[in-house]
Amino acid sequence: MSLTMPEPDARTLARRGEIIAAMRAIVSGEGVIDDVDGLRPYETDALTAYHQLPMVVVLPETTAEVAAVLAWCHANKVKVVPRGAGTSLSGGALPLADGVLLGMARFNRILAIDYADRIAVVQPGVTNLAITRAVEDEGFYYAPDPSSQIACTIGGNVAENSGGVHCLKYGLTTNNVLGVELVTIEGEVIRLGGRGLEPAGLDLLGVVVGSEGLLGVVTEVTVRLLPRPETARALLIGFSSVEGAGQCVADVIAAGIIPAGMEMMDRPAVHAAEAFVQVGYPLDVEALLIVELDGPAAECSHLLGEVEGIARANGAVSVRSSTDDAERAAFWAGRKAAFPAAGRVAPDYLCMDGTIPRRRLPDVLARMRELSDHHGLGVINVFHAGDGNLHPLILYDANQPGQLDAAEAFGADILRLCVEVGGVLTGEHGVGVEKRDLMPVMFSKADLAQQQRVKCAFDPELLLNPGKMFPELHRCAELGRMHVHKGQLPFPDLPRF
Amino acid sequence: MLRPATTDELCEAIAAGGPLMLRGGGSKDAIGAPAPGAAILDMRGFAGVVDYDPPELVLTVRAGTPLAEVQALVAREDQMLAFDPFDHAALLGGPAGQATIGGVIAAGVSGPARLSRGAARDHLLGFEGVSGRGEHFVAGAKVVKNVTGYDLSKLLTGSWGRLAAITELTLKVLPAPREQRTLLLRGLSAEDAVAAMARALGSAAEVSAAAHLPAWRGDAITALRLDGFPSSIDARTETLARLLADLETLDAPAGDELWTAVRHAAPLPADKPLWRAIVPAAEAPAFVAATGGERLFDWAGGLVWLASDADPQAIRRAASELGGHATLIRADAAMRAAVPTLHPQPAPLAALEARVRRAFDPNGVFETGRF
Repeated sequence: MSLTMPEPDARTLARRGEIIAAMRAIVSGEGVIDDVDGLRPYETDALTAYHQLPMVVVLPETTAEVAAVLAWCHANKVKVVPRGAGTSLSGGALPLADGVLLGMARFNRILAIDYADRIAVVQPGVTNLAITRAVEDEGFYYAPDPSSQIACTIGGNVAENSGGVHCLKYGLTTNNVLGVELVTIEGEVIRLGGRGLEPAGLDLLGVVVGSEGLLGVVTEVTVRLLPRPETARALLIGFSSVEGAGQCVADVIAAGIIPAGMEMMDRPAVHAAEAFVQVGYPLDVEALLIVELDGPAAECSHLLGEVEGIARANGAVSVRSSTDDAERAAFWAGRKAAFPAAGRVAPDYLCMDGTIPRRRLPDVLARMRELSDHHGLGVINVFHAGDGNLHPLILYDANQPGQLDAAEAFGADILRLCVEVGGVLTGEHGVGVEKRDLMPVMFSKADLAQQQRVKCAFDPELLLNPGKMFPELHRCAELGRMHVHKGQLPFPDLPRF
Repeated sequence: MLRPATTDELCEAIAAGGPLMLRGGGSKDAIGAPAPGAAILDMRGFAGVVDYDPPELVLTVRAGTPLAEVQALVAREDQMLAFDPFDHAALLGGPAGQATIGGVIAAGVSGPARLSRGAARDHLLGFEGVSGRGEHFVAGAKVVKNVTGYDLSKLLTGSWGRLAAITELTLKVLPAPREQRTLLLRGLSAEDAVAAMARALGSAAEVSAAAHLPAWRGDAITALRLDGFPSSIDARTETLARLLADLETLDAPAGDELWTAVRHAAPLPADKPLWRAIVPAAEAPAFVAATGGERLFDWAGGLVWLASDADPQAIRRAASELGGHATLIRADAAMRAAVPTLHPQPAPLAALEARVRRAFDPNGVFETGRF
């Protein structure tokens, strides 16, 4: 693998027995795993290209246990990698050989549901979908819906600021979380936010959400619930050009319509998905758009008509509107199966996650085809079209020598392209290890130094999830002294780990 | 008074040391303890629109641009700043139209629609600024969906100029609703009003704002606002009518007048200290029962505007005990000098906050004593 992680600390490795004994003194029984067979399931997350056995896995059950584990690790300078369900696509939960893997799966209880204030208080190991399941009989749901929602945990969602297909209208995790209980690396238990709509001081909650496990370990989450919209209907629209589809998306928004979801697939994605699930996608189109509208029935039918008119004005070659929920589900089935469908086209795929200004879409797709030829690997594109979040799936075969490296190089080129046109490296999957070394493409040294100073305020010894997000780790004392002149640090040759 | 016009000048001014009080149009000068020792750093040299492409839902503007200009700009494209920001001149006195977009973000100003559409922090996508170290840096981005790096935009929003001087910011904008309708219930007690607002918000009626005013032109009123396409508003009005008896529809000008009054806490007396308390909505009646004083509820009860002479510590204790907190918004200078403006935090959290502030401003250039 082409990834470089921090060099394991030999002294820590030599203390493995002592560290395991200390963990057993805090967490009893099967909550501490140290045999190779038991560690194996934790060696990777959903970014399966990378794996590393952790030194030990600890599965605490209470906040007090989490606090004790972190306090001990802090006192003994042992690194900690937090983990939810391990569905990160960016390697956020990739273990360290000299680190404790802190699994939060046992924090799996829903603690309180308050329908009057429309909030739920849950433990971080509760899955995203379980929150909705718990409240749907009362007509409520939890809005962010990452495609891994059946497995991913709300704690992981908080760490990664997860999105989903509905976030243009309903926001990401950060817009739907009101408070957390957080254990700092010192083992201090603090509350950020709460049940109210605004925090008392600095919005530390805002920076903890999406901090990828580098600032603290979340042991409780308070989320906002929404009433389920009365109806939802979808349109399936085929275009003979990507430009037409892109203009349709822009015109829908310009008409004052924010659909609940607006997804685009390119021709290869449509063909792969249709071959996999056979839901009747048109195969003679260059781009397929799914537009979902929700709200009162009167609103949905009114907007359905408006969107259809906009689509036809932009040269749509086929338009179908769902008449019932089964048909709407069928429209989505192909899109939701795009990843496994890619898995049938090629043995392996890398899922990228850049965001671009939507107006640059045709240009970006054309450049991506050139890159595809250059790297000799296929790519299929699914796209959260409403918010410009692009998911190119790069097809490769890990058993062919050099193909993983080529796929990674192709992926890096795509992300550079996203930044070049005014976009970003990651719209919803996080930086993790995957995009870590590309951070300087988007941020100057001064920008990264300021972000890392925030890290230092929470974790001055850099013990929480090191090796993720930041391409270089500067000791905090050194950052304090450092003055960045015009984006340049005084030590340009500091070693990269 | 310093008034830099370029980022280099701003870096120099900050690097020269403080204490420096960041200021836009001065609409919020009367918030916080008087800080006579601080030099004013006027940010209005950074003004103007950088980029606005309505279908991208993204607006990049320099921080010293007047809020009124920004709102007029997006209104021309039938868009809005969805967090419903407002000019504090109406609340604190002083000339209208001076508030800047940078000041709105630095103070985290969100109006009644925050209940449904998110706060200022939810609509700041990225910014450029200069830290207390005198260093220029960029955070976030200029697209609506981004999780690259720490979300420093959230941290800067509502930080009251204590972390960095924002020079340019990128906001998410949204289509303005085609129509708005205000529905009224009359004569409800605080408890019944909060319960009615909770029922409305728990329904599929998509209520965008909800407020309760115990004395609006002699009447206790509870107001619900619906935004959207006309056919949708009709359908949602029917949904609410099935849920709540005796709903009255206000005509559009009266509705606008009412929400403007709620936004500015206008019905409350100007001669008493004014508090802005954030509590869980269901606890709003208990909070006002504990504190007394004139009040109105916005955000379905989640925001209580309270005009009260009661002991500040008692007000804060009541808020804390109910899981909330209270900010002192309007008071005479002597009271502002004696009573912390922001609700004091528990010690471990206060220590962490102080470390985060030092991460941006190690020498306390922006620590003026105002907060």
